[in-house]
Amino acid sequence: MEPILAGLTGLLVAAGVYLMLSGNLVRYLFGLVMLSNAANLLIFVAGGLTRSAPPLIEAGQKVPAEGVANALPQALILTAIVIGFGLFCFALALAYRAFYAMGTAKMDDMRLAEPLEDTAK
Amino acid sequence: MILVWPIVIPMLTAALLLLLPNRFAAQRAVALVSSVVLLGAGLLLLARVLGEGPIAAQLGGWAAPFGITLVADILSAAMVVITGIIAVAVSIYAYGELEGADEANGHHALTQALLTGVCGAFLTGDIFNLYVWFEVMLIASFGLLVVGGGRAQIDGAVKYVGLNLIATLAFLSGIGLLYGTTGTLNMADLAGKLDGRQEEMAVLISAALLLFAFGAKAGMFPAFFWLPASYHTPSITSAALFSALLTKVGVYALIRTFTLVYDVDVPAVQTVLIWGAVLTMVVGVLGAAAQSSVRRILSWHIISQIGYMILGLAIYTPLALVGAIFYLFHHIVVKANLFLIAGVIKRLTGSEDLYKIGGLWKAKPWLGVLFLIPALSLAGIPPLSGFWAKLLVIQASLEAEGWLLAFFALAVGLLTVFSMSKIWLEAFWKPHPDGDDAVNGHVPWSMYLPIIALAAITIFIGLFAGMFVDAAITSADQILNPDAYINAVLGGS
Amino acid sequence: MNSLIYTTATRIIVPVTLVLAVIVLLRGHNDPGGGFIGGLLAALAVAILEKARGVDAARAWLRVEPLTIAGAGLVAAIAAGLWGALEHGMFLTGVWPFYGPNAAGVNEGVPAGSILLFDLGVFLVVVGGVSGILFTLEEAGVPAEQPDDEEDS
Repeated sequence: MEPILAGLTGLLVAAGVYLMLSGNLVRYLFGLVMLSNAANLLIFVAGGLTRSAPPLIEAGQKVPAEGVANALPQALILTAIVIGFGLFCFALALAYRAFYAMGTAKMDDMRLAEPLEDTAK
Repeated sequence: MILVWPIVIPMLTAALLLLLPNRFAAQRAVALVSSVVLLGAGLLLLARVLGEGPIAAQLGGWAAPFGITLVADILSAAMVVITGIIAVAVSIYAYGELEGADEANGHHALTQALLTGVCGAFLTGDIFNLYVWFEVMLIASFGLLVVGGGRAQIDGAVKYVGLNLIATLAFLSGIGLLYGTTGTLNMADLAGKLDGRQEEMAVLISAALLLFAFGAKAGMFPAFFWLPASYHTPSITSAALFSALLTKVGVYALIRTFTLVYDVDVPAVQTVLIWGAVLTMVVGVLGAAAQSSVRRILSWHIISQIGYMILGLAIYTPLALVGAIFYLFHHIVVKANLFLIAGVIKRLTGSEDLYKIGGLWKAKPWLGVLFLIPALSLAGIPPLSGFWAKLLVIQASLEAEGWLLAFFALAVGLLTVFSMSKIWLEAFWKPHPDGDDAVNGHVPWSMYLPIIALAAITIFIGLFAGMFVDAAITSADQILNPDAYINAVLGGS
Repeated sequence: MNSLIYTTATRIIVPVTLVLAVIVLLRGHNDPGGGFIGGLLAALAVAILEKARGVDAARAWLRVEPLTIAGAGLVAAIAAGLWGALEHGMFLTGVWPFYGPNAAGVNEGVPAGSILLFDLGVFLVVVGGVSGILFTLEEAGVPAEQPDDEEDS
């Protein structure tokens, strides 16, 4: 299972980088989403894959049964997903504002903060 | 509990500020009081750490390495203190600078959230928790960057957000690999688990990913482009806060991880760090030379100065680390002050573009003096704080027989003088292109007060450098011999 | 949105979703669930309402500013942490008082401790935060041509 997920991680990174290099702000953001999913998968694979029960403690018990999955990578990924969700929400809203503020989604044309004529002086 | 307060105070303040929508006077007062309390909490923590050595606390009572540990040694406690100083300075400055539109979107709440993230990053002993605090800091800085909503701000924010998110993902992937290799996330525990495994491929790759992530946050070559694209766009108050703290958290994280978790001694790591540092210094100062707007010059200089700190870490002798730590503190004070002065210049003359302003020396000679103190300190003129910082780093590189490194450090210092004298000549010395009457902006006292205070701190650090260098020596010793730190976290087991 | 079917259906969907949100929040005490998921469900209810009746109606329905809700939630979460600090000397330590009938030494009754308060805080932060983002995005709408430099969101 590990090679498949590792390959999938690589595929997601490749697709993400390809999208990010396209020069369009919206595609850049989609690329970022792919990269962030790749990072989550990476944690999942690195945490060790086992075919086992969910890490839940039965009612009335104090410790989980033998052979449950490692809960920590899942907690890490959940945290990362929540944070990523917040950041991506902000980035999308920002891209939307940027498109209307500058009339373009092409990153090469976004030069309000660093205008070109500055360097010509 | 003393470890928790620097995080809880700003967090609670941020929450309270959200409960006071549209009551700006109350918001300012609460933010100022909270910043003063934060400074007090930081001083208490520092006093405790100076007396007892590193202290640790297990959040929620879960024992390390399973729970999240908060830990403070001299470096982190001192960083919290200086964060408090900067917080107070910008809270006072906000009284003078900010107007309705800036505050309406929650400037103060976001500032406090940023401080929460910064203090959390300084105090945590868990690498995933460090990631979480980085995100808290990052999302608050996103907000501060677009508060006010000018078009240039949006443009700067797009670059800032886009590039910082890549660094974030690199950080996350590095943590994943590290956890996969060692099965732990506690930094003190990692130090033990990675003993003798530093040259394994998985460890090196995770080191590379974390180096990229922290390097990008610190503004290190080649991942610094977000910084000069965005730092000149938000309000002066926010820009000063960013310039003082954000990049330094990256440097702090580099120092912490590359001494405790990874070894700088590994040749591959050291080479990358040294040449990364040199390129950062050189590119930053050359970038500054090409600019003609006050804050954009200062932004490029942040990058250049970050190079010195990382050089200190990369040489990795006790003296070099002392230099890096001293540099870190000196630079926070000086750079924040220069940004605050840039705000006053903008208010007085109506612009930040050096070709459109002038005549400040004639109109406000003592502002000139206030500018010269941090500017000359930044360039490394004795007896100001920057001189000792540069001296320590250069001496360390000479002792390590890095002649070329010392040469670059000196040359970059010279070019820094060039940039500072450019601001001096254009903004202060030459007459204003529109005549002397053009210097007529009104600047309230609340904007001068933090500048004067920070300038006084700069002079104080310069005159009593011995005291601070001694503290830096103790701190560097703690960092190079982390047994006390590890014992504090793991309880000596 | 002007669909009559949708607007009428929200009258049933919104309360059901809200009740479900509270159930999930309370269930999270011992079973899968919790403040975050419950908060998302409640935010979903707000979103459904907002789509049916518009931002202004949704704001009026919430009565308080979304960010104020989030602030209250943050205060609740920090208070839960400080409660643990008061009882056990460390921030965020769980406190489990049991209310109600309590046979000698047996943990029975309603376990309304700091954990529940913390979860409630998370719930409020998520509801407030997500609705805040949603309202801001909806109100921004499509800005007029090119806003000038002083334009304020």
